[in-house]
Amino acid sequence: MTWANAIIQGVLLGGLYALFACGLSLMFGVMRIINLAHGDLAVLGAFVVWLIATQGHVSPFIATVACLPLMILIGYGLQRTLLSRSLRSGELTPLLTTFGLAIVVQNALLQVFSADVRGLGGLSGLLAVDGWRLGDQLAVPYLGVTILAVAVAVLGGLQLVLQRTAFGREMRATAQDPEAAALVGIPASQVYARATAIAVATAAIAGAFLAIHSTFDPSSGPTQLIFAFEAVVIGGLGSLWGTLAGGVTLGVAQTIGAVIDPQYSILAGHLVFLIVLAGPRGWLVFSRRPRAWQPSGR
Amino acid sequence: MTELLNVRNLTARHGQLPAVREVSLTIGRGEVLALVGANGAGKSTLLRAIAGVHPIGGGTVHFDGSDITRLPADRRVAAGIALVPEGRRLFPEMTVEENLRVARSRPGGWELEMVLEAFPMLRQALRRRASTLSGGEQQSTAIARALLTNPRLLLIDEVSLGLSPVATEAVYKSLDRLIRAGTTLVLVEQDLGRAMSVADRIVCLRDGRVALTAHAGAVTREEVTEAYFGLGKPTAVRS
Repeated sequence: MTWANAIIQGVLLGGLYALFACGLSLMFGVMRIINLAHGDLAVLGAFVVWLIATQGHVSPFIATVACLPLMILIGYGLQRTLLSRSLRSGELTPLLTTFGLAIVVQNALLQVFSADVRGLGGLSGLLAVDGWRLGDQLAVPYLGVTILAVAVAVLGGLQLVLQRTAFGREMRATAQDPEAAALVGIPASQVYARATAIAVATAAIAGAFLAIHSTFDPSSGPTQLIFAFEAVVIGGLGSLWGTLAGGVTLGVAQTIGAVIDPQYSILAGHLVFLIVLAGPRGWLVFSRRPRAWQPSGR
Repeated sequence: MTELLNVRNLTARHGQLPAVREVSLTIGRGEVLALVGANGAGKSTLLRAIAGVHPIGGGTVHFDGSDITRLPADRRVAAGIALVPEGRRLFPEMTVEENLRVARSRPGGWELEMVLEAFPMLRQALRRRASTLSGGEQQSTAIARALLTNPRLLLIDEVSLGLSPVATEAVYKSLDRLIRAGTTLVLVEQDLGRAMSVADRIVCLRDGRVALTAHAGAVTREEVTEAYFGLGKPTAVRS
């Protein structure tokens, strides 16, 4: 029963990791940018949600929806200003740019909000603490199910957009060959800006759920970035549902590691990541141009 | 014939090497121009520079009276210039239908049903991924995709390169329809006989420069071949 519970908790935790990884995967798939500021942008989102929820006296879930337009604008503006310029300067420049951005965001948050640890679990009512009990050692928390459902909805919605809409086709075309896309009238800069806007919005959703699920502070970003990166690599670069599978695998590895010994929790996740990295899929990570991002993960 | 494209003293480089050197040419509305020359003569670079995907080192490009020298490629498509690039550059993970529908259309006559009539072989292949197509199907898809942007000037690089004789015949049969419909075309073609049979005018490039400009009916194959390889007489310009 303990193992079954660990697997269930791992799957649910994987939903949160998949949410974090979704935007990272999108930006890498479309623009070949590894956004090192992704975790910090998620934490920025968490602070915005925290501000709206505490100042506006609304539920964190309503605050999350309310913060999305702002985060979309931040993502769009970020691409049109910082990232578009760095993309023109070679492969390494965007990496350094997002590294710098991560430091700026962290320190700005520290300056404005101090190093205090915060959480939104207390404002989320029973959803954050209660669940279905299926026996003495088996429980399914409402919040975990909610996060997993949101992750599936976000990834599924994104897949629908990419497969069924003209915007999705343009994004896939630009991901596969930006020059050929320009030759049929698709401006890469516009597609990149929209992709970044979506990525930052999904990061904010992930940040909000992190804040409800546990606690956060201005330095929480890098840890979330590592988990997101591991989920993307485990699931396979360039695959949307693979990202969900990667998040779930990472979550299950961590909870099973915790059952063996609580101090093995994070280590078990890293080990799975390293095993994948050492396998054939790892070569894709190190190759110069991995397969273009496809929503169905074909 | 009114002028549609005017290229003046255009220069383009590949790294440090000059690929196109002060090329000037004009193309009239409804004209079919064949660009010929040996490998490395600068044909593809010239087309890519006109389409806006190769940086221009000097000179100007005017399209329909407007200076488009600094315009990015996607806005040149919106202005009415479409390039079918060398290697076709289809989106391999997408189906043929998706490859066709992804083109941003200007207002104009070409719609999906019309291009399927012009390229009948594509009708059966609509659901197939582009990476599984034969050379002829790929070239047809690439031309059809360019047509769906409703271009006023269509540039096609290496029309028959890598195609079987049957596929080449099928592609040219479809091109005949475009030519009859009055589409302005610039073709890069290695098959000199084919180029001379479809074009109104021949422009031969050698070492990035115009070695010969002549009306197709006013020049012999031997004269074009001489200009092509730089044999015999010095640079000739005939019209």
